[in-house]
Amino acid sequence: MQLYLPIAEVSVNLFVLLGLGGIVGMLSGMFGVGGGFLITPLLFFLGIPPAVAVATGANQIVASSISAVLAHLKRKTVDLRMGFVLLIGGMTGSGFGVYIFNILREMGQVDLLVRLCYVLFLGMIGGLMFVESLRALRNSKRGTPPKRRQHGWVHGLPFKVRFRTSGLYISAIPPLMVGFAVGILAAIMGVGGGFIMVPAMIYLLGMPTKVVIGTSLFQIIFVTAFTTLLHATTSMTVDIVLALALILGGVVGAQFGNVIGMKLKAEQLRILLAMLVLAVCGKIGLELLLRPAEIYTLSTGGS
Amino acid sequence: MHRLAAVLILLANAVSAQQIPPPQEEVVLGLSQDQVSISTDFDGSNILIFGAIKRETPIPEGPPLEVLITVAGPSVPVTVRRKERRLGIWVNTDAVEVDSAPSFYAIATSAPWSQTISDIEDLRHRVSIPRAIRSVGAPMTVQDSQSFTEAVIRIRTDNGLYQLAEDTIEVSQQTLFDTSIAMPASLTEGAYRTRILLTRNGMVISQRETVIEVRKVGLERWLYNLSREQPLYYGLLAVAIAIAAGWGASAAFRLIRS
Repeated sequence: MQLYLPIAEVSVNLFVLLGLGGIVGMLSGMFGVGGGFLITPLLFFLGIPPAVAVATGANQIVASSISAVLAHLKRKTVDLRMGFVLLIGGMTGSGFGVYIFNILREMGQVDLLVRLCYVLFLGMIGGLMFVESLRALRNSKRGTPPKRRQHGWVHGLPFKVRFRTSGLYISAIPPLMVGFAVGILAAIMGVGGGFIMVPAMIYLLGMPTKVVIGTSLFQIIFVTAFTTLLHATTSMTVDIVLALALILGGVVGAQFGNVIGMKLKAEQLRILLAMLVLAVCGKIGLELLLRPAEIYTLSTGGS
Repeated sequence: MHRLAAVLILLANAVSAQQIPPPQEEVVLGLSQDQVSISTDFDGSNILIFGAIKRETPIPEGPPLEVLITVAGPSVPVTVRRKERRLGIWVNTDAVEVDSAPSFYAIATSAPWSQTISDIEDLRHRVSIPRAIRSVGAPMTVQDSQSFTEAVIRIRTDNGLYQLAEDTIEVSQQTLFDTSIAMPASLTEGAYRTRILLTRNGMVISQRETVIEVRKVGLERWLYNLSREQPLYYGLLAVAIAIAAGWGASAAFRLIRS
């Protein structure tokens, strides 16, 4: 069954969209990532114009994140206080990121920069997580307890806040900075930023993995809702019909992902996410290195 | 020698065309539909174009009558970018603005292309696909601006947006003709200019124009208008739908599980 999208002005198969939304929603529920880094390239592949794909992807992530966060709230695995601190940083960062994005767009190389950003960050984070979780997995098999990382400089900073759910008593400055940095990257790369936020919370802030996912999703809701509004009012590329089809698949997928996520061990969850991130990184990297089938691209109007 | 003969024939035709009082043969046109409605389940459309040739005099002697039909979507400027390998990475380097290219362009003919219209007439009436695209200025840095226009044609032909269907118009007894034009699902809105050209011996002897309106209808129309006229409300609506859907799904799953 074909579905004509009013803003994208293309017609796509409804079931493909539902399936796509479902898979991404499942990953989102399992790993606490919004799935923007997956859904945006997949929408390009379906022939959706890039500007519409980025904006609508953000809209879809709002829905799947809410669905997943509600499940996490019920299990009390959301650190609300930490979420708000990250959010303040995130909003500021995303405003700043949109500003940078517009400057780069005027210079005409935004596409390349976005791709390079993807390869660099996905590669770095994926590699780091993969190695780390492999080590943790091996340690847990041998029975030695994983040693807690010590963050000397993090503990020395002022404005200490007690994050009870995370079991942390640290300064508010590092989470603010993490939120800010992720906000910038999220705006430039057109994603919620979960795949950067999750490892940053684990490795930089030392939060427990189970809390990280819910908290990350919590702040992604607000960042992506903000991004959706920004896109709708500036570039007018949010396609509600496309979003709705993705959402319908996504919300169902997110619930399943959540159940699967509860059954897996934290280390296994991390190694799976690492492999996924590395796969997407490799795909985008290859596209940059190999000769494209069509070296010309067309664009009409503003995008 | 061959070319000289061709020129002479063309000249002779041009002279004879001037001598004949205007037009001996005229097109009467019909469309299966003069409006294409894009609804939510729009999946392309086939438009049947048919017509007859009205004449006061008997069918002239000589080469048979040929018919060409073109359907052109709204023309907009297109930016064509070309990638090149720099430092091992494929990067957009040169860009050429093609001033005006139709978003959709289909040609149907009643015979192989070379038999239906001469090159000069093609140039005058802008019939063939390359002639329907207008590209004026390429920046000084780009030497081969032609290949950018070719890229537009190639990419759009691959997507079914540009079509040249030779020998697909049925002409019976040099009087009645019909063809059908396939419009793909990825249509843009606008007035699609439809032309019927009658040719004899490569010369256009009569032409007629009409317009096929392509419009979004119903929900598609409403959403599109809202997104352009009230972008803030549209954005809020998008977010509200997302929130409701996320919450609804969660609530539904809780019900199922309990």
